[in-house]
Amino acid sequence: MKLSDLTNHAGEWLRGSGPMSEIVISSRIRLARNIAGFPFMSRATAAQRQALEGRIRDVIFSVQLPPTLYVDLAAAPALDLELLVERHLISKPHAQAQGHRGVAITADETASIMVNEEDHLRMQVYRSGLQLEEAWEQINRIDDLLQSQLDYAFHPRFGYLTACPTNVGTGIRVSVMLHLPALKITGEIEKVFRAAKDLKLAVRGLYGEGTEALGDFYQISNQTTLGRSEEEIISDFRLEIIPKIVDYERHARRMLLNDRTVALDDKVCRALGLLRNARLLTSEETLYLLSHLRMGINLERVKDVKLSTVNELLQLTQPAHLQKLFGRKLEGDVRRAVRADFVRQRLNSN
Amino acid sequence: MKCDHCNRPATVHLTEIRGGKKIEKHLCEQCAAQMEGLPVAKAHTPINELLTNFMMAHAGLQKEATVSCEHCGITMQEFRQNGLLGCPHDYDVFEEDLTRLLQKAHDGATHHTGKTPVRGGPGGTAPRRKVVDVARLRKELARAVELEDYEKAARLRDQIREAEQGGTASS
Repeated sequence: MKLSDLTNHAGEWLRGSGPMSEIVISSRIRLARNIAGFPFMSRATAAQRQALEGRIRDVIFSVQLPPTLYVDLAAAPALDLELLVERHLISKPHAQAQGHRGVAITADETASIMVNEEDHLRMQVYRSGLQLEEAWEQINRIDDLLQSQLDYAFHPRFGYLTACPTNVGTGIRVSVMLHLPALKITGEIEKVFRAAKDLKLAVRGLYGEGTEALGDFYQISNQTTLGRSEEEIISDFRLEIIPKIVDYERHARRMLLNDRTVALDDKVCRALGLLRNARLLTSEETLYLLSHLRMGINLERVKDVKLSTVNELLQLTQPAHLQKLFGRKLEGDVRRAVRADFVRQRLNSN
Repeated sequence: MKCDHCNRPATVHLTEIRGGKKIEKHLCEQCAAQMEGLPVAKAHTPINELLTNFMMAHAGLQKEATVSCEHCGITMQEFRQNGLLGCPHDYDVFEEDLTRLLQKAHDGATHHTGKTPVRGGPGGTAPRRKVVDVARLRKELARAVELEDYEKAARLRDQIREAEQGGTASS
């Protein structure tokens, strides 16, 4: 498996299948772990970083993980780093960091293990739709495999020790990516934000921490990692938090459909019209338009475009993906023109 | 306006009432510090340091900045600057201060109750006993009773009983 194999299709988690997938884009679970006997990253010397990376990489390949690709990020070109960020396989800080670090990616891209991120190990599993139990089962198995060979830094009282105390305990981050265009249109999205804040949840944009919400895509994640078990945290999301928000969005969509049909159709048809005819498109505008088109397909207002086409475009129109697809550096209006051509071609051949 | 004592610009303006008489003083920062014992403001305190200090002060953290971890050398003050610890030992060295911080960050919790590794620490192979946070269970029990969720309440009551009898509880 090579990195270039990834560019011509969207990630597995964007397949658009799984429970509640008309609103829940993806489920992600991440675990943070550190190796005992080593300082955390901020105090690790270059030699210690190298030793850590070597040890962890050896263990990843010695345990029975599915076919896995390891990318040495210190040696990777900038465009590859950007591509991995766009595919959510590494975090932005991991791409921008310096020194020995890497990422192991399973061939189906459902799991990635970041080595020498903020913690020595940050492993994550992505699933399409609301599939948190399945994601937990997979990440828990990977964690068990790695811990059979590695001594984790663990404290009887504080649990898994992490560089930042906000991750200590379980080291778990559950993030569910939601598509909430109707709540945005009806102006009720603020209520979701307020409720999330009361429940100590974080609401973030498409690419996690520090990114703003684009095209009505929001990531909801837990902030409390200590004092509750992994299962308790996950079941809160699975049984309470996410179904409630999904119901709320469904209700808003029904309301638009019944009471504001023309306004709804106007938004959806404008989006499709622009995507099918524009000659220059920025990635932001593309996300915004694809968001409305996606809602239109879900509500059966648009019948000649497949949901999978829209999901794929969400990823393939991102800057690094476009440049990889076209095999050259693209900037400014040239990039915007290539993006518009690409979108037009995909939507008109449907 | 110039400082009353030197030629530097006056940035500290004091008005004192002494014996019913108003005395105005215009001083530069250095003279103010020397003569009036006023603190000199650091020229460039990064905003995140200010915020972290505020947060820490709020959480009641007082550990002397001079105490450092013998393994990684970090002090509480250095931790405050970027929010990242230096090594796993810091959780023992700064346990008291961190406990207060953890309570703030984790909804009052101070004990891990989730998964435990099979191999714990260097050389250790014995599985760790699960520690149950009884204080949190009691809080949840009270909430369940309030919400009249008696099924959940019964489950929690059993968990508390089990934890207390099993001897692995910590409140």
